[in-house]
Amino acid sequence: MAERILINTVTRVEGHAKVSIYVDDAGEVSSAQFHVVEFRGFEKFVEGRPFHEMPGLMSRICGICPVSHVLASSKAGDRLLGVEVPPAAVKQRRLVNLAQILQSHALSFFHLSSPDLLLGFDSDPARRNIFGLIDCEADFARRGIRVRKFGQRIIELVGGRKIHPSWSTPGGVQTRMGAEARDEIAAGVPEALESVKLALDRLKSVLDSFPVEIEHLGNFPSLFLGMVSPRGEVEFYDGVIRIGDAEGNIVADGLDPLRYYTYLGEASEEWSYMKFPFYKPLGYPGGMYRVGPLARLNVAASTGTPLADRELREFKQRSRGAVCQSFHYHLARLIEMLHCVERIEELMVDRELMGKRVRARAGQNQNEGVGACEAPRGTLFHHYVVDDDGVMQKVNLLIATGQNNLAINRAVTQAAQRFVRPEAIQEGMLNRVEAAIRCFDPCLSCSTHALGQMPLEIDVRNSRGEVVNRYRRGR
Amino acid sequence: MSVVTLEIDGKVCTGVSGETVFDVAWNNGVKIPRLCHIGGLPNIGACRLCLVEVEGQKKLLPACITPVQEGMVVRTWSEKLIAHRRLIVELLFAERNHVCSVCVVNRNCELQDLAVELGLDHIRLRYQFPKLVADTSHERFGLDHNRCVLCTRCVRVCDEVEGAHTWDVSRRGALSQIIADLGEPWGESDTCTSCGKCVQVCPTGALFEKGKAVSEMRKDRGFLKYIVTAREKGQWIR
Repeated sequence: MAERILINTVTRVEGHAKVSIYVDDAGEVSSAQFHVVEFRGFEKFVEGRPFHEMPGLMSRICGICPVSHVLASSKAGDRLLGVEVPPAAVKQRRLVNLAQILQSHALSFFHLSSPDLLLGFDSDPARRNIFGLIDCEADFARRGIRVRKFGQRIIELVGGRKIHPSWSTPGGVQTRMGAEARDEIAAGVPEALESVKLALDRLKSVLDSFPVEIEHLGNFPSLFLGMVSPRGEVEFYDGVIRIGDAEGNIVADGLDPLRYYTYLGEASEEWSYMKFPFYKPLGYPGGMYRVGPLARLNVAASTGTPLADRELREFKQRSRGAVCQSFHYHLARLIEMLHCVERIEELMVDRELMGKRVRARAGQNQNEGVGACEAPRGTLFHHYVVDDDGVMQKVNLLIATGQNNLAINRAVTQAAQRFVRPEAIQEGMLNRVEAAIRCFDPCLSCSTHALGQMPLEIDVRNSRGEVVNRYRRGR
Repeated sequence: MSVVTLEIDGKVCTGVSGETVFDVAWNNGVKIPRLCHIGGLPNIGACRLCLVEVEGQKKLLPACITPVQEGMVVRTWSEKLIAHRRLIVELLFAERNHVCSVCVVNRNCELQDLAVELGLDHIRLRYQFPKLVADTSHERFGLDHNRCVLCTRCVRVCDEVEGAHTWDVSRRGALSQIIADLGEPWGESDTCTSCGKCVQVCPTGALFEKGKAVSEMRKDRGFLKYIVTAREKGQWIR
């Protein structure tokens, strides 16, 4: 009976996860694996399509972060055309990317993670969700929903629609931005800023109550990879790649994102459809690195905006080297949200944003192009090879959640070893394993599922690989 | 040329002998669905979407090639006709790989409009998923066989208006495909004048301007009538 459910339900639906926990002969957890059992196949089925369609096609990868895929795809397209994108288009793309990161982070923090943080990991699972939060903290929950709405509205005003906008295209963007849109965005900034500040203060005030979780939900040394500006500031749209280590040293700097394949490799394992990227000089799996908010703040010297910079200084004091606790992804996420709102405010008075020329027109001039930008969950790379008629021949997508794959597996192992008692699995244990995954905000948990109820299965296996206990939650 | 009076959907309409039921209906505000018909090109009655019921006739008749007759009683909408039209459109969607959300003419597509008009919210038939390619060898235009419904508007406009006859249909049945000349890549065609008329008359995103992104392609639906009116009547009006 249980086996039938295991195969039929979980493995065939997008966004589901499965965890295998291995138990040694002494009855202790020895390791754990985080399986991603869905297969999307975008890299394969876009072969044969004209490259101008790619941003629209790529945006369909994700309903939460479509903008990131549109931008990486458009940037790869810019390379195929071999053009310089007009400043107004660059500013529009930057604005929408900021809005994307803001809304996605708001979803991750307010809707998905704050119920754990504010209601408690062991609170009633039926109420440990955004609705439970609304009951207890109506104003806080409302603010969270409105921050997300603000981000979504910007995407809609500039990109034409909230989800899967395809306004950005190789060479620039399709339409000029109107003054009305700018005014509406500008009017929403103060409330968003206030809400993010409140959330940040709130998170900091409760952090001390989770010493065990901070210590054991993915706390380990690793490399960190993120995009930075030439001045070493946080950069989401266009910059160079910097890699730092757990001690806070810069391992590599000024790496060209267009040549990502020279320093990033991709391994695969038979038990997961998600690839396992690694830093080539350290090999696999030693070259494990983390991307996303925690990594970006670890590698950047500053954010470049005053309020977020103040928070970043405080953030960096949490650890002697880099901040290695994955739990602090939450805090990093909120600091980035603050930064996003500040940057959005700056763009509102940027004259170039409203420029008339928004698209560089050209025929195809190159056969290979890479586009990279920072997505909410980390650095995103799109790599296209086209024939002389502009038809896609080969596509490689290096997606943020994939780059965190090794680290998520490590975090799951650590959480399982600390919290799971194989002989008697309880909901609270399961929720902590889930929380370890959720620190990374993987797309699995945020795209299509019931709030606070990521369908999750845990198999407990003995040293011979036999399932000795199985716990399943969700649909 | 004599005036003909007939009834269409209970409405008394007048036309001129030689006109089709389709033209008289549209001139009187009765919009009959169509796909292969386009004003300015000869009708071929191929898509069967304009089928209508004519009193006294056992068979359904394609309005675009049925001449009006005095005293005709025509019904353009009935449950039976809607069921037939739905099935035709479903067959078109199932036959090739039409994915509106990532198409260059999304929200500007006659096939999509038809589906909406007929309330098509799912396809009951099994999708065929044929392996078809896009020909983007032409400098300015592209042809995506995945989106082609074989209405042959492109074939007719190229032959009868432009006079180049670059396009034709090769093979038969489900294997039918539009070809340039004798099956060369479009960009290597000796006869194509690159006028773009085929692109503008194409009801779907099968023929498109290169460089257009998703939902960006807008077709000029009125240009053909303008050309034909200018040529036949010497009037340059749109």
